[in-house]
Amino acid sequence: MSQLLEYLLTGAGIGAGFALVGSGLVVIYRVTRVVNFAQGAFAVIAAMLTSSLLASGLPHGAAELVAVAAAAATGLLVGVVAIGKPGTSPRAALIVTLGLGVFAYAVEVLIWGDQPRSFPGLAGAVEVAGARVPTHYLLVIGVTLPVFALLAVFFARTDLGKALSACASNRYAARVVGIDVTRMGLLSFALGGALGGLAGVLVTPVQQVTFDSDVTLIVNGFAAAVLGGLTRPAVTLAGGLLLGVAQTVIAGYGGGAYQLELALGLMLAAMVVQAARTPAQQEATL
Amino acid sequence: MNAARGLLRVDDLVVRYGAATALDGVSMSVEAAEMVALIGPNGAGKSTLVNTLSGIVRPASGTVHIGGRLAHVPEGREMFADLTVDDNLRLGGWRNGRRGRDTGHVYEVFPELAPLRRQRAGRLSGGQQQMVAVGRALMARPDVLAVDELSLGLAPMVVASLVRHLRELHRERGLAVLLIEQNARMALELCTRAYVLEAGRVVAEGPAADLAADSRVAAAYLGGPVEATR
Repeated sequence: MSQLLEYLLTGAGIGAGFALVGSGLVVIYRVTRVVNFAQGAFAVIAAMLTSSLLASGLPHGAAELVAVAAAAATGLLVGVVAIGKPGTSPRAALIVTLGLGVFAYAVEVLIWGDQPRSFPGLAGAVEVAGARVPTHYLLVIGVTLPVFALLAVFFARTDLGKALSACASNRYAARVVGIDVTRMGLLSFALGGALGGLAGVLVTPVQQVTFDSDVTLIVNGFAAAVLGGLTRPAVTLAGGLLLGVAQTVIAGYGGGAYQLELALGLMLAAMVVQAARTPAQQEATL
Repeated sequence: MNAARGLLRVDDLVVRYGAATALDGVSMSVEAAEMVALIGPNGAGKSTLVNTLSGIVRPASGTVHIGGRLAHVPEGREMFADLTVDDNLRLGGWRNGRRGRDTGHVYEVFPELAPLRRQRAGRLSGGQQQMVAVGRALMARPDVLAVDELSLGLAPMVVASLVRHLRELHRERGLAVLLIEQNARMALELCTRAYVLEAGRVVAEGPAADLAADSRVAAAYLGGPVEATR
């Protein structure tokens, strides 16, 4: 029983990381309707940078903060290239982000090499009702939950959040009322970058990162986000947690090789169901 | 330039979409507290003119002078469909900053919207959406309102109510209105002055009553001479 609880809590920690990656995808898609395939790179860059900064003597906290800021700047840069030219279609921008994600490999290998990197997170383990859970997993959960709460409040309660959502809801009307749609899109890319970076620095201590870890991160993050149609943070969080727990339970009972397949299967199922439900006219408004 | 500069003045405006010329040397004006109609067939460039006035389309040449604030009620109402009525209105005040986003004054103009404030705008009827669209423009506290197709797709009774609201705003607040309408008869009755736009050029202008009496305008836009109905 305590074995299962251990899987559940560890899985929730891993799933919270997926949800964070997914949240960045959601923030960018919600505003620009661009599926950002460079999202995983934000996490990898932040993780690599943190390991370098820690090695150079910067204390924990400061290193992570700098790395998240750098990821936000990277997000802004990706945004400038992908949507900076007014009138770029979301589909064209998607291809640009895919290209930039691959380009990021070259930059990462050049700076950090191709060996896996990690750094220590919170040490030790906590006993919860007889189950031993590494403390760091609880940290990941403890950071992720308030981040999602803030996101929900930001989009539902603030004028800036509403203006961001308005850009995707009706781009033309947004311009009519004087919202700078391109600037809002860039803001969403920066925010998405920061969220991706946060995911990277939180996940790395329990899961080594290499330059191509972005594939795993984005598949899991996308699987979480796609459950909510790439627009709903709360569903993304639920999706991430579900995915993390399912993977951990499967791995724990002997199916470790099938983790990514589970995410892919879930993602496909969600997309097929949504494609069947979504009226074709929604595409036309893009 | 002769006379005083108007509230809204457009001089020799040229707008191109690629190789196509949408506006070809358009000059027009709207004075403070004046109601002006802009009529013409589909594709004449009416919407292009309004989009240029509100800064969405950039002119190739010519000047736009606006001596106040212009707000734009777009063709087709263009709701933020998944946001609430109140949020749609609030975003109309986006340029004003936080303090300018109190929606109370719009509900005074359109009491019909007050009970709908928490509804998603996409769920409303066409007439209700048009009220939200006008209300959203009023949030900008405009001196001149550019209304692109007020009546399009709406039932006559709904249009009559919208026209009443517009008249009231004009009379009580001195709001200037530039009304673009495919219903030329209504536009010429409502407004004091009018322009006729065809293929990107102003082909006729003057007092609305004179244009309504003009046999060419009557034949093209009013479905025959108007003497019979006046």
